[in-house]
Amino acid sequence: MSTPFLELSGVVKTFPGVRALDGVDLDIVPGEVHCLLGQNGAGKSTLIKILSGAHQPDEGTLRLRGQEITFANPLAAMKAGIATIYQELDLVDDLSVAENIFLGHEPRRLGFVQRGDLRRRSATIMRRLGHPDIPVTRSVGKLATAAKQVVSMGRALSHEAQLIIMDEPSAVLAHDEVANLFRLIRDLTADGIAVLYISHRLDEIREIGDRVTVLKDGRTAATDLPARTTPHRDLVRRMTGRTIEYLIPPRERPLDEAAAPVLTVTNLTRYGEFEDVSLTVRSGEILGIAGLVGSGRSEVLETIYGARVAASGTVDVAGTAVKTVGSAVRAGVGLAPEERKSQALLLDEPIWRNVTLAALRHYSRLGFSNAGAETAAARDVTANLALHPADVRRRARTLSGGNQQKVVLARWLVGRDSTLKLLLLDEPTRGVDVGARTELYGLIRRLAERGVAVLLVSSEVPEVLGLADRVVVMREGRIVHEAPAADLDEDAVLDLVMAGSITAEPPAIG
Amino acid sequence: MTQIVQTAPPAAPARSRYWRDDASEPIRRNVGLVGVLLILLIIGAFSRADIFLDFSRFTNNEVIVLRQAASIGVVAVGMTFVMISGGIDLSVGALLALASVWSTTQATQGYGPGMVIVSALVVGTLAGTVNGILIAYGRMVPFIATLATMVAARGLAQKISGKLTQIVHLNSINRLAVRDVAGIPLLVIIFLVVAALAWILLNRTTFGRQTVAIGGNSEAARLAGINIRRHTLIIYALSGLCCGIAAVMVTSLSNAGSSTHGDLYELQAIAAAIIGGTSLAGGRGTIVGSVLGVLVFTQISNLFVVNNLQLEYQLIAQGVIIVGAVLVQQFRLTTPRRGRSASSDPPHQSGPPLAESATGT
Repeated sequence: MSTPFLELSGVVKTFPGVRALDGVDLDIVPGEVHCLLGQNGAGKSTLIKILSGAHQPDEGTLRLRGQEITFANPLAAMKAGIATIYQELDLVDDLSVAENIFLGHEPRRLGFVQRGDLRRRSATIMRRLGHPDIPVTRSVGKLATAAKQVVSMGRALSHEAQLIIMDEPSAVLAHDEVANLFRLIRDLTADGIAVLYISHRLDEIREIGDRVTVLKDGRTAATDLPARTTPHRDLVRRMTGRTIEYLIPPRERPLDEAAAPVLTVTNLTRYGEFEDVSLTVRSGEILGIAGLVGSGRSEVLETIYGARVAASGTVDVAGTAVKTVGSAVRAGVGLAPEERKSQALLLDEPIWRNVTLAALRHYSRLGFSNAGAETAAARDVTANLALHPADVRRRARTLSGGNQQKVVLARWLVGRDSTLKLLLLDEPTRGVDVGARTELYGLIRRLAERGVAVLLVSSEVPEVLGLADRVVVMREGRIVHEAPAADLDEDAVLDLVMAGSITAEPPAIG
Repeated sequence: MTQIVQTAPPAAPARSRYWRDDASEPIRRNVGLVGVLLILLIIGAFSRADIFLDFSRFTNNEVIVLRQAASIGVVAVGMTFVMISGGIDLSVGALLALASVWSTTQATQGYGPGMVIVSALVVGTLAGTVNGILIAYGRMVPFIATLATMVAARGLAQKISGKLTQIVHLNSINRLAVRDVAGIPLLVIIFLVVAALAWILLNRTTFGRQTVAIGGNSEAARLAGINIRRHTLIIYALSGLCCGIAAVMVTSLSNAGSSTHGDLYELQAIAAAIIGGTSLAGGRGTIVGSVLGVLVFTQISNLFVVNNLQLEYQLIAQGVIIVGAVLVQQFRLTTPRRGRSASSDPPHQSGPPLAESATGT
């Protein structure tokens, strides 16, 4: 194998409260299509930003053709031959194709842009990309998305990029346009240009990729996997699976099979997101929803909570119809949303204010709040959750991911010990380190054993199987399977999640 | 002589100093603003020693400053609530004019001073409610919604008054401006009472807490079960109510209602709130800061006046001060990292992405 164009080893990037990258190794050789796989939050975007010079790593080294290098800013990375094509294609709509291609380094003389030169060189680049049909004088805003993507690649070539990073390029393309994208990528790699291809779509990786690197929790979970022969199931397992590095506590008391349902969802539908979802959760039961990103699982959860309006169908919590967030909260429903920071926390507010946000009524009289009572209640409830550090006056921003999640859970426990009936958990352990995971699992288990009904969404199959009593599998907006967790294993769920049915045969040998 | 040990990630502690002191930040800022006020008085003492070093002339001058500050201050208090909730109200000056004109028509004055005051408050509140409905239920951007009502309310005020100044012939209204209670001008007392009530509302009630929550993270507030639309509506209505109160004050100061009252009040109120530390992005701000911001702003204007400098210079200075206050605020909000630091996960989502635009091309 030729010497790597770019080589990363032990790259670490820390943001306050979260270790976004925690030891990433990656090498990219000229002329290859290197695929980067990982769930949301695995660290892909942070890694892209480091490669493109937007972030600087805290630890670890980057080597460019064997030479250690640091990129002080995006321009430095560009000069080193690394171009990034972002999903949202950072083109200027009102400028022409040619102007976009040479934006920032237009051919010029005495400060004047050489317009003829600009056009000729742009046209050459478009021909090289096999698209002489895109007029270089046309303004980019008038082009279709696929054509804009070609222009972005043209810009990369104008910088004489040796490595082009593509962030989910197919996400914005129609099916037949993807074929054209792949043809372009093959042309580029034939010239020795390397491509770092980021996508969720395993079929594409198989078709275009040479090697695969899997990121998980900010670490390289696997690298140098052959893209064409590694079975899908292996890839998904490496993205979502876990070795037993933490413990899910077993249920201590058997589930009361006769308990009345707390949550009854009937034929819930939001067109384009999910259709005809019906499920029930009993008091004390944990129902897991397994499914990939885009299967509609989070949307179902938010609709049950009243945060999205259902097109049809009903949500009933212990006899009360839930249609709005307000009615859900009053009925005793709590939500720990998928994006803790943007959907749940007031990052610059102290912990106690975050904890009591949904229960201000309990701690006020005639609309006047009682900070003393709130702080005391927040202190009590967070002490029960073993919040660390145990100072409720700290800002929520300063906490680690696991402790931030505890604050979110505390919000639904405070002042309503007996009235919390249903807890909706969306990816409760995302971005949470191993030790805190174990604590959260124990906490969820304890809540369930106290009689709270729990609806758990997770893309980590072992988490769903280990914690839930019953599992519902969602795929493309529909429930494709429902079974007791004890009757399922990881492989069966992975098959259901990807294909909608359980395959009988063992996985192919890679 | 000792080397810093390289094991800990060096960036985290360096950055954390930007919020380590956050809890005391408003207090430090307010102490700083008091310092600025003192400096302004010292400048006054140097430039016009005859006024600032003579006790009775100084007192008279400061009473003038405070009377001017009072009406702007009441508007700025309402504006502070709006801005903490993440919005903006450009219509305040126009609402003030509308309320002053409406409450001083011959018909209204015929019912006596009580009716003048009540109608000003009602008109202000209702106009603010219109803002609230457009923003909360019409889902309009606050900037555009209040820009529209700003023009429309000013136009309505001109239509009602026929662009004429409506002289107030009720002595009890006119005397409000010159009355003192225990040696303090009544207008200043009104301002302080409004500010005190607003402080309680913001800091001691669930309403205030929810306001901060909505401005800090509206999605989190919504998912915590807060009725954001109703809350937003009430906040803009409150801002309108403040305009109504200020309308009575201005009317009494000028002995007249006019469609030109409240000119540039939106600018001065927003500037005062920013100087006082209210975030343009919402989620943070203090009433005390805004009160001090108004005092600073008015005192600067006063220095220009007593030194016989032209109004043009005063306007230029006001512009410079606003730019300076915003720059200071952005500098505090932007982490000192290079590159496109305003990404989705890392710390500051609220600060305008200065660093980003610097390296954008």
